[in-house]
Amino acid sequence: MPGFHRGDYLLALPMMLLTLFALGVLLIDLLLDRSSKVINAWAAFAGLAFSAAAVHNIQRAFADQAARGEPSSPFFAFSGTLMVDRFAVFFFYLFLAAAAITILMSVRYLEVEDEHHGEYYALILFSVVGMMCMAAGNDLILLFIGLELMAVSTYILVGFLRRDRRSNEAALKYLLLGAFSSGIFAYGLSLLYGLAGSTNLQQISMALGNAMAPGKARVVPAVALVTTAAGLFFKIAAVPFHQWAPDAYEGAPTSITGFMSVAGKASAWALLLRIFLFALGPMRPLYVPILVFVAIATMTGGNLAALTQSNVKRLFAYSSIAHVGYIMLGLIAGTAFLPNPDGIRGILVYLLVYTFMNLGVFGVIASLRRRDIIGDELDDLNGLFFKAPTEAVLMLTFLLSLAGIPPLAGFYGKYFIFLALIESGHYALATLAVIYVAVSAYYYLRVANAMFMRTAGDRVPVTISPGMWAGLAITGAATVVIGIYPEPFLRMVNWSMHVAQNPTVAQLLR
Amino acid sequence: MTVPLSYYLVLSAILFSLGVLAFVVKRNIITVFMSIELMLNAVNLSFVSFAAHWHRLSGQIFVFFVMVVAAAEAAVGLAIIIAVFRTRETLNIDRVNLLKL
Repeated sequence: MPGFHRGDYLLALPMMLLTLFALGVLLIDLLLDRSSKVINAWAAFAGLAFSAAAVHNIQRAFADQAARGEPSSPFFAFSGTLMVDRFAVFFFYLFLAAAAITILMSVRYLEVEDEHHGEYYALILFSVVGMMCMAAGNDLILLFIGLELMAVSTYILVGFLRRDRRSNEAALKYLLLGAFSSGIFAYGLSLLYGLAGSTNLQQISMALGNAMAPGKARVVPAVALVTTAAGLFFKIAAVPFHQWAPDAYEGAPTSITGFMSVAGKASAWALLLRIFLFALGPMRPLYVPILVFVAIATMTGGNLAALTQSNVKRLFAYSSIAHVGYIMLGLIAGTAFLPNPDGIRGILVYLLVYTFMNLGVFGVIASLRRRDIIGDELDDLNGLFFKAPTEAVLMLTFLLSLAGIPPLAGFYGKYFIFLALIESGHYALATLAVIYVAVSAYYYLRVANAMFMRTAGDRVPVTISPGMWAGLAITGAATVVIGIYPEPFLRMVNWSMHVAQNPTVAQLLR
Repeated sequence: MTVPLSYYLVLSAILFSLGVLAFVVKRNIITVFMSIELMLNAVNLSFVSFAAHWHRLSGQIFVFFVMVVAAAEAAVGLAIIIAVFRTRETLNIDRVNLLKL
């Protein structure tokens, strides 16, 4: 049994630092009195910054690899359980950015809710550790532990407003359905382990390749696929496994709703891509029909249910379900023939732009929470333009971006996925998706209509804290800049997929 | 004489299905929570039997982690259930219905 080396710990350093800072936040929280809880937020912020520096260190190692003229290969640590490749580095940055923006948006919100405790920030950091394990796991054990660390932290965060009945109820429903889906997922993992005799993703892939050879019984592989996929579809909230999402999103603290809808979703997608592409690759002929069915059901269910919502958080929960449907189209295109990086690239671009625009939306909703006003009904947005014009214009930007209107960031997410769909010959699916995008414009514009065309129902002014301004500025700037000048961001995505150096592929990507 | 692997797998599948069934049918929150534990134990049985079949340890290690996760979920779950009970004084899942479906 080989020992662990210095390099192993360097690769795990982003997670170790976050854990350290999370524990530190828990400790210093005990020393702080009620008025100085904001120090917790700064400590958590510092943890994210240190972790980002450690990720940057790993990124530099990839640059050194390229400078030496070696082909890009992932780094393995801890006997091959942790695999940090560029794909993982991309997701590390995404999670850190989402967590940082969430913290900026949370401080004032928690004060208004009178639940300003250090555990909140510690749990955010812990859930980011779990997400990192999900993105970088190369072993079923690490993936499962990462998933559960993320999920259990999020259960608590959803129920963080412990005196609020809606928050309690959301936490309960999320916990029950989340634990249920974890059970199904773990059952699928046990069958995969049984097929391969190993928890390593590559070995599972090889064993599945043998099991899928013609003339063999496929019952156990099929059951393993269905249970694993069902567990994963629960986590990304795809129809017909989406029932928890609207309830959990509506009841959770608004800042956490934003965090779950971007970071939680991106991590679930990272896990899904790891499992579907790395481990279940040989079962492609079996799972593509499932994906097509789920993608159509998700786009239909999400978009149609969003049309009639009167609660904004619920509306955006259904909208995020619809977005999962579009992202799944990218996976269908990406697995239409192998290797086809276009669809996967679409997914990564989509998750990147979605992080900023959706966090921005939930930031605006969180800022509407004032004393005595919950601010999450559509009517609470009435006349926002006359109260806080800059914020209303920012919200409009996010809404148009979510609807995919150029030249905003959301356009590129949809553009690359639909392009990959058309290139891989899925014309019917692409047409259907475009129709649903048009439908989605209706409910996004309904929100815009409330902000700009109606008069306010209450006279309570909307005050925006400096942290919220910073969060809104970052998300707004990213939404506009990625839309107008997408090149560095696309280069980053291409880099994360190992394809940028290959000249022929680079030409295809133009 | 040893018991063949398939017996364990069938037992595990039956336990798992019972857990899923109880999750769907039962209305008391604690019972629903226990049915999830039953599902996870079915997973454990399946892991252990595969580990014995392959003569590898990793399956047994996975079982430890599943138990850890089940314990963590139980701790968080019971805390949330207590919070719900305090604000509503009921453990019937049908009466926890403030958020419309």
